[in-house]
Order: sequence, then C-alpha cells, then structure tokens
Amino acid sequence: MNLTTLLAIPLLPLAAAIIAGLFGKVVGRSGAAAVTILGVLAALVLSLGVFNDVVFKHAPVFNETVYTWLVSDGIRMQVGFLVDTLTVMMMVVVTFVSLCVHVYTIGYMQEDPGYQRFFSYISLFTFAMLMLVMSNNFMQLFFGWEAVGVVSYLLIGFWYTRPTAIFANMKAFLVNRVGDFGFVLGIAGVVYFTGSLDYKDAFAAVPSIAQLSFEILPGHAWSAITVICICLFIGAMGKSAQMPLHVWLPDSMEGPTPISALIHAATMVTAGIFMVARMSPLFEASETALNFVLVIGATTALFMGFLGIIANDIKRVVAYSTLSQLGYMTVALGVSAYSAAVFHLMTHAFFKALLFLGAGSVIIGMHHDQDIRNMGGLRKYMPITWITSLIGSLALIGTPFFSGFFSKDSIILAAGASELPGAGYAHFAVLAGVFVTAFYSFRMYFLVFHGEERFRNKPFPGEHDAHAADDHGHGKAAGHDDHGHHGHHGHHGVHVPHESPFVVWAPLVALAIPSLVIGYLTVAPMLAGEYFHGAIFIDEARHHAMHHIAEHAGHPLEMALHAFGTLPFWLALAGVASAWLLYLKQPALADRLAAVFAPVRKILENKYYFDWFNENVLAAGARGLGQLFWRAGDQAVIDGTLVNGSAATVGWFSGVARRVQTGFLYTYAFWMVIGLAALLGWFLLRAH
Amino acid sequence: MLVQFLFYAFSAVLIASALGVITLRNPVHSALCLVVSFFTSAALWLLIEAEFLAIVLVLVYVGAVMVLFLFVVMMLDINVEEVRKGFTRHAWLGWLTVCAIVFEIMGVVFARGLGIDATQAAKPLPADYSNTGAIGQVMYTQYVYPFELAAVLLLVAIVAAITLTMRKRKGLKVQDIGAQVATRAEDRLRVLKMKAEDRK
Amino acid sequence: MITLQHMMVLSGLLFALSVAGIFINRKNVILLLMCIELLLLSANFNFVAFSRFLGNLEGQVFVFFILTVAAAESAIGLAILVVLFRERRTIAVEDLNSLKG
Repeated sequence: MNLTTLLAIPLLPLAAAIIAGLFGKVVGRSGAAAVTILGVLAALVLSLGVFNDVVFKHAPVFNETVYTWLVSDGIRMQVGFLVDTLTVMMMVVVTFVSLCVHVYTIGYMQEDPGYQRFFSYISLFTFAMLMLVMSNNFMQLFFGWEAVGVVSYLLIGFWYTRPTAIFANMKAFLVNRVGDFGFVLGIAGVVYFTGSLDYKDAFAAVPSIAQLSFEILPGHAWSAITVICICLFIGAMGKSAQMPLHVWLPDSMEGPTPISALIHAATMVTAGIFMVARMSPLFEASETALNFVLVIGATTALFMGFLGIIANDIKRVVAYSTLSQLGYMTVALGVSAYSAAVFHLMTHAFFKALLFLGAGSVIIGMHHDQDIRNMGGLRKYMPITWITSLIGSLALIGTPFFSGFFSKDSIILAAGASELPGAGYAHFAVLAGVFVTAFYSFRMYFLVFHGEERFRNKPFPGEHDAHAADDHGHGKAAGHDDHGHHGHHGHHGVHVPHESPFVVWAPLVALAIPSLVIGYLTVAPMLAGEYFHGAIFIDEARHHAMHHIAEHAGHPLEMALHAFGTLPFWLALAGVASAWLLYLKQPALADRLAAVFAPVRKILENKYYFDWFNENVLAAGARGLGQLFWRAGDQAVIDGTLVNGSAATVGWFSGVARRVQTGFLYTYAFWMVIGLAALLGWFLLRAH
Repeated sequence: MLVQFLFYAFSAVLIASALGVITLRNPVHSALCLVVSFFTSAALWLLIEAEFLAIVLVLVYVGAVMVLFLFVVMMLDINVEEVRKGFTRHAWLGWLTVCAIVFEIMGVVFARGLGIDATQAAKPLPADYSNTGAIGQVMYTQYVYPFELAAVLLLVAIVAAITLTMRKRKGLKVQDIGAQVATRAEDRLRVLKMKAEDRK
Repeated sequence: MITLQHMMVLSGLLFALSVAGIFINRKNVILLLMCIELLLLSANFNFVAFSRFLGNLEGQVFVFFILTVAAAESAIGLAILVVLFRERRTIAVEDLNSLKG
C-alpha cells in the first residue's frame, strides 16, 4: 500500500468517467463501457490489494496529506487519505457493487441513447464515493459528499425528458440541501471549536470541547459537542434518507434501475451511516446526540417499513425497504454499535443491490411494467432472477445463516442491550420492523414470482412507468427505459417474460454469493474481533451494547442456531407466513383487510402526508414568505426606496443642481459675488 | 467746511450717477452716467489730494475707455427697447446680496478696529508737495519693472483687441506687393512666332 | 473735514451698487462691463483713500496699475463683444449660454 496505489483507486474511475463522458462519441458505446468497467475493475483490484495489506498484513494506518489546497487563517484545506479497516471495507464494497452495476448496465441500458453518459456518471460516482470514504479531513469528506449528491441528481434525472424524473431529481436535490445545510454547520462547528478540518486533530480535541457550551439563543446554554453532532447527523439524515428527510429516496426511483442499486441502495445512501461511524469519537461524547440518532433511526426503521407493504411499484417496495434498513443502521449508530451499523451497511449493500438488480431484471422481463400486481408466476420464466431474488429477500428478512441475519440480529441485540432513554422504543421498533420487513419482502416476492400469471391480462396499468410501457408498440422515443428485446417490439399481444441476458444475471449471481456467505464469514472479526479497533471509537464505560453483541458474534454458528429460538426469527417467520396467506393463499382476505384498515391504508398511501406537508406547508410557506419579502422587502424597500429611491433622489438633486450650471455667464458671476459675500461674512464672524 | 460740502455734493452725484448706470434703460445713457461717475470720482480724489490719479482717471477713463464704450455701444446696433425689460426674476437675490455686502462693509468700517483712527482727517501735506512728482519718484525707481510690464500689457491688449476685431472681407481688392515684386517678364509678355500673313 | 470713514462708506456704497448692477442686468454685456468698471472704481477709492490717510504712496501706484489693467481689460472685453455681436447678432446675456454642458 503506497500513495500511488491509493491515488490510483479513485482517479482511475475518474479518468474513465472523463473519457466516457467527454469523448463518448470518439470511443463509442462499447468503448465507453469497456473503459469504465476497466477503470472500476482496476480500482476493485487495487482496493482488494489495499484490503489485504491493511487487514491481513496489518499494515499501519495510512493517514497522509496528498495535496494542500489552501491555508486560510491556520485552517488547512487539504486532500488526504485515511486508510484504515473501515475505509478499506467501504472501498471494497463500493468498487465491488459498482463493478457489478457497471456490468449489469451493459445489458440494462443497451439501447439507451445516453449509454456513454450513463457510464460516465456511474464511474464519476465511484470516484466521488471513494474520495468520500478515503478522506482524512472534513473538507474532502464534504467534497465527496456533495459530489455523490451531484451525480445522484444527474442520475435521478437521467431521462431528462420525463417530467417526473425532473421533479424527482429536483426534490432529491432540495431535500439534500436541507441536510447539507446541517452538515456544513456541523463542519463549521468542528472548525470553530477545534480549529482544524483534520479528523485526527478534531478527534484529539474532543475531550477538551466535550464540556464546552455556548449560547445560540441567549439564556440557553447548549453543549457544543451535541450541537456539532446533531448538525452532522442532520447531514446524514439527508444523505441517508432518515425521517423526515427521507422523502426524496422513493422518488429517486425515477432513475434507471442500476443506479437505484448502486447509489440509492448500496453506497451513497449509506454515506451518512459511514460518516457517523467515522465520527464515532465525536458522537460518543454526546449522549443527547446519540439519543436523537436512535429515535430518528427507530422511527425510520419501523414506519418506512409500513409503506413498503402498500407500495405496488416493484422498485418502490425495495426503496422503502432500503429506508427501513437505513433506519436499522441508524439505530445501531444510536446505541453506539457503530461496528454493527457498518457491518449491516456492508451486508445490506450486497443484498440490497442484489434485490434492486433483480427488480431491474424483472422490469426488463416485464417490458417496463413495474407494477407487481401485474406480475406473478415469473419463477418459471426467469429462474436465475427468481433464485437470486429469493436469496436477497431471505437475507433481507434476516434468515439465519444469511448475511442479513448476522447484521440485523446484532442490531436488535444492541438495541435491546442499550441503556439510552430511547432504547426501549428503538428495541420495539426494530423488533416490529422484522415482522414488517418479512411481510413486505415476501409480499413482493410472492406477487412477482408465484401465484397466477397476471401479466397475461394486466389488471392494472403500469403505475408510474405507464407511458414507457405503452410506447413500446409505437417505436422508441429517446429517454425511455429501453433495452435489447427487439423481438417484442411492435406487437400488442401478451408479453411473456423471459430470462434476462448474461450481463444482467451475472451480476445477480456475483452479488448473491456475498449475500449468502459474507455475514457468516465476517461477523466474528468485525463485531467480536478487533477489526474496527482504531477505526471506530466506543466509550465502553458508558455504552456496552457493542460488548453485548460481541459475546454472541464471536461464534457465528452458535449465534445462527440460537436464533431459531428467539423472537426475531419467529416474527420474521410470521411475516412470511402472513404474506403467504394474504397474497398467495387467500388474496380475497387481503382485500377485506384492506377495506377494514382503510383509514390506515389511506395514511400509508399518502406516505404519512410528508409530501403533502412539504408541498403545502413548507414549500407554500416558503413561497408565501418569499412573496412577502419580494413584494415588501425587495420591491418596496430595496427596489422602491433604496435603489430607485436613491436614484430618484440623485436625479432630483441633480435636477436641482443642474440648474446651477445654466451656461449663463451672469450666473457664474452671481455665485462669485455671493461667495465673496459669504466669505466676507465668515471672515467677519470668525475674527471676532 | 467747503471741502465737506463739496465731498457730500460730489458723493451724492456719484451715487446718483452710479444708480443711473445700473438702472437706465438705454446703454448710451448708462455710459454717459458712468462718465459722470468718473468725473465726480476724479473730483473726490482731488479733494483728498490725489491729483495725479484724478487727472489720469479723467484722461484715461473718460477720454479713452468711455469713448471706446460709447463707440461700441453705438456701433453695435442694439435695440434699445429690447435691452432692458425691467429687473429679472433673481433681482431679489441680487438685492439681498447687496444688502449683505453693504452690511458687511459697514461692519468693517464702523465696528472693526482697523488699527488706525479712521475718524481723523488726513495729515495736511507741505505746501510744496507735488503728488505727481512723488508718484513719479516712486514709479520710475522702485516700481519701474512693474511699470514696464504694464506697458507691455497694454501693448498686448492693443494687439489682442485688433486681432480679435480684424476680419478679412471677401471681394476686397488689395495689392499683393510680394507678388508684384516677384513678377518676371515672361509672366507678363508672351512672344508668339507666326507666319506673316500674305498681303492680298 | 473728510475722514477715512467717509471715503470707505462711499466706496462701499459704490461697490454695492455695482454688484447690484451685475445682478440685475441681464440683457446687455456692455452694462456688465460698465458695472465692472464701477466696481474697480470703488476698489480704487479705497486704495487712494488709504494711501492718502496712511501717508503711503504705494496705494496710489497700485491704483495706477489697476487703471492700466482695467483699460486693457475693457479694450479686450469690448473687442470680444464686437466679435460676439458679429457672430450672434446679439449681446444679450440670456442668449449666451453655450457654456452649458
């Protein structure tokens, strides 16, 4: 591991992105794909090398500045790398998932006119995400943070001719601004109190600022560290879509499915989790901030899960599941089980990317009908997608021995063991969440892969991608989610789904394997062992949730076997069983239940009215306020009084003063004489 | 006593003629009033025994400058009726300023100590005192250089006035002496060679 | 008995009158020139008076120079006036505002 290697890891995808983006016409479609895949592959290989060095050869932590951008008042803004166990894990996960998505994209985007652009974006994303995770200072963290946000914005609006996509990316952008505002304030707080942007210096200063407090509003002393942590966490809430800043994530599904997998499930949205884990020395110093994190996470975990139950768009189901799982991670952060959060981040990256890519495969098979009520019985037609999706779902609901089990069970254990005031609520939320997760996962699974073949008579028009689906018979317009299935274009008959091409299912398999085994293999070193030692700091004396997990996690086999007798397993089983009962065995029962719980369903269908609230209260209020300021402040005071007023005053004054300059000689003589008189008077008065 | 009477009489005439200068409608009348002012001023200066300047004032001003004024006034074809249509809008400002100046000057004269006693008559001069001789003494010794400069200034003024007013009229027939002198025989005389005509 | 005060009051009045003349005359540049002559005369009055009452000849020498300069000034002023009249066919002050920007 040396500097060149580390520099190459983010810069290779960047170079590939530049080539594919700026010279896309020159290199052509296959050239763009090849160059970006090679770039990311190289980054993955190098990351694995660095992983090997750090984890197995126990290379010392790399923490160096590469380049000093500027020094202002003693604050150094630098580019630097901090490579420890946490970083290398993230690097491997990011590059691996990114590689899978790159390969998958070859098939998924085959006929899209923006092929090169897409590859350029996802490579650029890989660069930005790597810069984020490898950073050793807040400046670069913020750079990466914003850069992934930009790429996310670009990709959500990838099909820029669709109004919904434009709306969604604007929404993501605006909501993230709210979070980023908090984030910037947090960074500013760090700089203000520690005088440094460097992680090392900032963390070293924590003991000295832990007792500090300051008054934002006079009379209310606030603990400095709490304010910093909550501000930073608000940033994480935006990026990792925690309530109430989650609203952009479901809508981000407007983007192409590969980026839903890469950005909005596996990597970017976990940046917030990663950031909080990275800032563990700060968060450990503030009990209040941890409680805040915990409550937000628990709420997100449970209530976003509920939304997954009623969603009918296959991608949105997975999106709500992502929200819920991010909530689990946040709960883990809140109870100081940072390792568990990061561990869940990793396992989730694999199985959620798998689920998303599986969903994408189903969407390809269904010819861009995303409504799960129009699917059914697909297992016969798409066997590989079926198996891999089943693996993903099982991992998601925490079936013992699957990767999701180890991480999720650890979080539940941690929530149960924590002594924070909000831990009871959090424990309940994550336990209930298990049932909900199992229910919506298998509802989707049963509706898509089992049951009657509803695609033959399509009871529901496509939920949000309807026009894309309908357009198939009328030739293609640029910007549609098209793909390589020429045989089916041009007729309106029943589309019989079929298995996707190799480049699509290969990544599914590549992701299914870690979804199966990665948890079992890594749980012991990560949660019980010393893996994160030095990278994550836990105040053991006060928070012993992690200690509690470690007792179990040391023996994965026992942990898995023991799980069969515990509540979460039975809850998951109950969830699967009820999904089976309601959606496969007795579909009529589901409708009757839906009728009984109509008010609840209405709330859920309106997503707890968050969008309504944002639209009608925040946005309308802001618009009203803006109108007020515009009319009263801008037009009346600034334009009317200050700008035009001063101009008018000057104009009036010059109108008066202009008359002094008449051009008549006698006027000048007047003024001379008047001046003479005045001088004489002044002279007389002064001399007395 | 006679001196005082004469002073007041001349002063009254001076003030009246000055008023005439500024208020009369016809510029010729104004100019004549100005001539009167200069005369009375000269008389007043004689009263305080500044004979040389009094004579110079009459000679230079009345004899030269005022004649020039009158000449110009009469040369320029000015419509007398148009020239003055009463006092103008800003006259009040003028009067205000004038009052202020009068007030100030009176303030200087009466209220301020000038370092001298202004209420006494001047010291009488010796009987054989020649004002002109004394000024000549000073002017041609101490002030000879400024005196020469003043002469040059007058010369410049003459040249300037002539240059300004001189104009070349078209169609004027004048001699070009240089051209006349430079003429050669060839320019005037042309010798032609031609055959003699046959006599019929 | 003529005192310095008499002369100063007289010259002050003369000065004020000539200033007033400058103010109230709009129509005729010649009158302005005349008023300026009057103004100079009032200044000369003071010079002569002070010279006499302080027993110092320099004031009278100065008046001599002032008269010289005033004569030159009126000669040039009248020449300008003549040129002006040729150009504009008027000497009304109110018509002469080409100094206006």
